[in-house]
Amino acid sequence: MGYIIETRGITKRFGGLTAVDNVSMGVNAGEVVAILGDNGAGKSTLIKMISGVHKPDEGAILLDGKPMKLESPMDALANGIETIYQDLALAENLNVSSNIFLGREKTKRSLGMFNVLDHEYMQQESRSVLDRLEIEIPSLKNTIRTLSGGQRQAVAISRSIYWQAKVLIMDEPTAALGIAEQKKVLDLVKSLKTQGIGIIIISHQMYDVFEVADRIIVMRRGQNVATRLVSETTPDEIVGLIVGSETVKR
Amino acid sequence: MPRPQMPHDTPTPFVQTRTGKLLGRHWALFFLLGMMAIFAFTGPGFFEVVNFQNIIHLATISILLAVAETFVIITGGIDLSVGFVMGLSSTLAARIMVTLGSTGMGEPMLIVLGTLAGLLVAFIPGFISGTLVARFKVPPFIATLGMWGICNGITLHLCDGFLPIAGLPSVLPRLGNGYLFYIHKGQSFTLFKKPDYIPDERVRELIRLVPFSFILIAAVVLVFWYILHKSKFGQHTYAIGGNIDAAIRAGIDVDRHLVKIYMLSAFLAGLAGVFNVFQTGIGNYTTFSSMYELFAVAAVVIGGASLLGGKGRIVGSMVGVLVLAVLKNGLAISGVQPFVRYIAVGVLLTLAVIIDQLFPDLF
Amino acid sequence: MNTLVAQRKRNTLGTIGRNWVLVFLVLEFGYFAILTRGFASLNIVQMILFYGTEAFLLATAELFVIITGGIDLSVGYVLGFATVISSKLMVVFASRGLSPLGAIVTSILITLCVGLIPGFVNGVLVAKLRVPPFIATFSMLGVCQGVSELLMQGIPAKNLPPLAGTIGNGHFLYIVPGSGISFMQRPDVARGVRVIEIIPNAVVFALVFIAIFAFILTKTRFGQHIYAIGGNIDAASRAGIDVKKHIIGVYMISSFFASLAGIIYVMKYITGKADAGAASLLDAIAAVVIGGASMFGGSGTVWRTILGCLVIATLETGLRMRGTPTFDKYILVGVILIFTVVIERFFPDFKR
Ligand SMILES: Nc1ncnc2c1ncn2[C@@H]1O[C@H](COP(=O)(O)OP(=O)(O)OP(=O)(O)O)[C@@H](O)[C@H]1O
Ligand SMILES: [Mg+2]
Repeated sequence: MGYIIETRGITKRFGGLTAVDNVSMGVNAGEVVAILGDNGAGKSTLIKMISGVHKPDEGAILLDGKPMKLESPMDALANGIETIYQDLALAENLNVSSNIFLGREKTKRSLGMFNVLDHEYMQQESRSVLDRLEIEIPSLKNTIRTLSGGQRQAVAISRSIYWQAKVLIMDEPTAALGIAEQKKVLDLVKSLKTQGIGIIIISHQMYDVFEVADRIIVMRRGQNVATRLVSETTPDEIVGLIVGSETVKR
Repeated sequence: MPRPQMPHDTPTPFVQTRTGKLLGRHWALFFLLGMMAIFAFTGPGFFEVVNFQNIIHLATISILLAVAETFVIITGGIDLSVGFVMGLSSTLAARIMVTLGSTGMGEPMLIVLGTLAGLLVAFIPGFISGTLVARFKVPPFIATLGMWGICNGITLHLCDGFLPIAGLPSVLPRLGNGYLFYIHKGQSFTLFKKPDYIPDERVRELIRLVPFSFILIAAVVLVFWYILHKSKFGQHTYAIGGNIDAAIRAGIDVDRHLVKIYMLSAFLAGLAGVFNVFQTGIGNYTTFSSMYELFAVAAVVIGGASLLGGKGRIVGSMVGVLVLAVLKNGLAISGVQPFVRYIAVGVLLTLAVIIDQLFPDLF
Repeated sequence: MNTLVAQRKRNTLGTIGRNWVLVFLVLEFGYFAILTRGFASLNIVQMILFYGTEAFLLATAELFVIITGGIDLSVGYVLGFATVISSKLMVVFASRGLSPLGAIVTSILITLCVGLIPGFVNGVLVAKLRVPPFIATFSMLGVCQGVSELLMQGIPAKNLPPLAGTIGNGHFLYIVPGSGISFMQRPDVARGVRVIEIIPNAVVFALVFIAIFAFILTKTRFGQHIYAIGGNIDAASRAGIDVKKHIIGVYMISSFFASLAGIIYVMKYITGKADAGAASLLDAIAAVVIGGASMFGGSGTVWRTILGCLVIATLETGLRMRGTPTFDKYILVGVILIFTVVIERFFPDFKR
């Protein structure tokens, strides 16, 4: 089975700094791939290229084996690639349902000629997707500004699972969450996986990774230094690879 | 003013080259020189000492305001009130001289008191803007726009509506427009004053060198260059503009520093206002269409500062002022309609920033 | 029990707080009504609206830009540019034998199209070339000023079709008590017969456009996206919103409204000049900020912006009626402007 999403030798430079250096990787449908690496290793930059935020300087991104032109985040979204960003990327001045539907607002005809926002529909749908996550948010009319870190994260996650994604990218999805919420997110990842979605997850929590991932990719200074099946490795080995004491590439 | 950051921030590689960097860093200077070269051909009398002297003398106010704006902009702020603080100082100084003059006070005393009042009053709007920005977290744009309105209103009170204040000691314009050296070719040479045998109408026959305004400009630029680039105060100014949180954590009293910055800015505006009285011999309110503050900001930005803060230099700002002043003078001498200058300034300013964008981390 | 009372009290306070501009406006109007005879009358209210029309439009222009976190310094001179273009065109078309109405309508349509250009250029500079809005729009200010002055050559346009003034200073509805009403057309009545004039045409014209764009801002995706861009531009772009297109659109809306204001100016004062809007920048920005928008973007509504305009317009008319120097207005607007922001600092609940 071919990768559902794949990068081939992609590179990204910021001025003199090579943030991502010739990285090839791929994810199968129904597989969870974890990307690990120290701060600044280039994890976020790698996934931002897959989600169309940054344009790679070199290399190609393939969707279902076909090279894909990613000019903007719009193209990624249109191709079923959903992303939860590390900084969440929510508009703090807008309310919960507006954020869940941001960029893909549901409209309805008004007076037979204008397309106006269908807030009612969006609120209902938001409520049901949030319920799936079982995360308590008092009112969907509250702006993001008034929410806690965990609630914000829930909104960001709901935002991306609402749209039937083929590929889901999560950049440190559990970072701001309490223990119970972390567990919910991990359960969610497992259930999404059974639906055949390809998932890329970035996390510094070794426990999370070993709990949900099938495969681990270790990045160091922008490079993909190792790929391991979870069933064939140990947290110790991974830590070694991250800090650079083990450099064997299998 | 927060600026939307556009996605895909990839710098163009060509600017990484040595020549590219040199050009990019000093483009305003090169532009100034290039412009002067062109005007040397198109404008009769452009390339003469007397004309250059004139350009700088007439740019005194812009220079003072640009120095003021440089400090504020480096902290990431903006001072929209400078033009109207200047008007306030100008009219107050003039009003005091007129009022005290009617009591029969001697001229030297009048001038000293008027000047002092004009300079001191400027600290008030500066203190208020600074306090609003620093302690009440009012965005600088709003705080100084508010002071803009307030100073303008008070100024218009001082000059009874829209009437410049006249009837000041006649020695003022002679001081403000005086020169250090007067040379009557082959006949005489005097310091500070034209030779007495030449009547006012024939003053153009003299070669006059080094206007008094140069002394003021030199002093201000030197002092503030020193403060910005050589003192702790200057260092902290950059630190605040670069990253205000880091500056706070580094133990800088950011609030106090900001208040000082806005007071400094207003003081320079006041100095410009008082100088304006000396230069014109009357107290002038600031008209809406003069837009001193916007031109000062423009000069500072052309000089390489960023409105996001943390970046800017006194010398750069001076080059910025000169670019605008030479442009104005050169176009006028070349017989171009004055209105074209507005367009030219606009186009130039935008170009400045676009060029600056191509060279992201030069300073 | 006590907490309930306290809570209710807080709610009332909160409501007043959130609507303090409205409360302030009412108090302000009351103040002038008590001090000035004849202030609380239909005529004065209409006068406030009539003289405030350009300000409403400019403030709406500024609001759209400010919501995205930008600023448009050029609105005043785009207004001037529009007055010059439209007045020149009216004169030209009228002299070429077009009917007065034809000349006026054609000129307006052309001006509205031409008036989009400054906004388009601003938008492209800001969105595509990443020029800070302050610089881009200040440059545009200079260009508009220069071009208008060049077109005008120092002489404000004269000999406009008189119909322009009739429409611009006319009213939407005329009531002759006891004998009838008439739309748009001043009834022919003998001198001395009282005609009640209702709603100046200029105000109707302006409000129609303002209402349409208020609708766009609150009800459509475009409006929603503008708020999102102002709130978090990265989030907006990662959500697939074409940020650049929206920013260009917003600056075009801004210069469209500034041009509308210019047209109204011409129709009201039957002349056009480059600096017609030179003094209105402060008022426009102040109205938006008094109306509760943040200069950092992401907030602000048309309705509250109009309230902000009314605060200023009432002040101006009130001072004029009282014979106080009108430049006191600048002081008071400055004070109110600062006051607004300080209030919202101290009472964050007041923030809408
Ligand atoms: N927009 C940008 N402009 C310039 N440099 C950037 C940009 N984004 C990231 N970088 C740099 O690229 C490198 C990789 O950053 P990245 O965010 O991908 O790291 P990361 O692996 O996600 O780290 P963390 O675990 O801290 O999130 C860093 O050195 C960072 O400073
Ligand atoms: Mg990261």
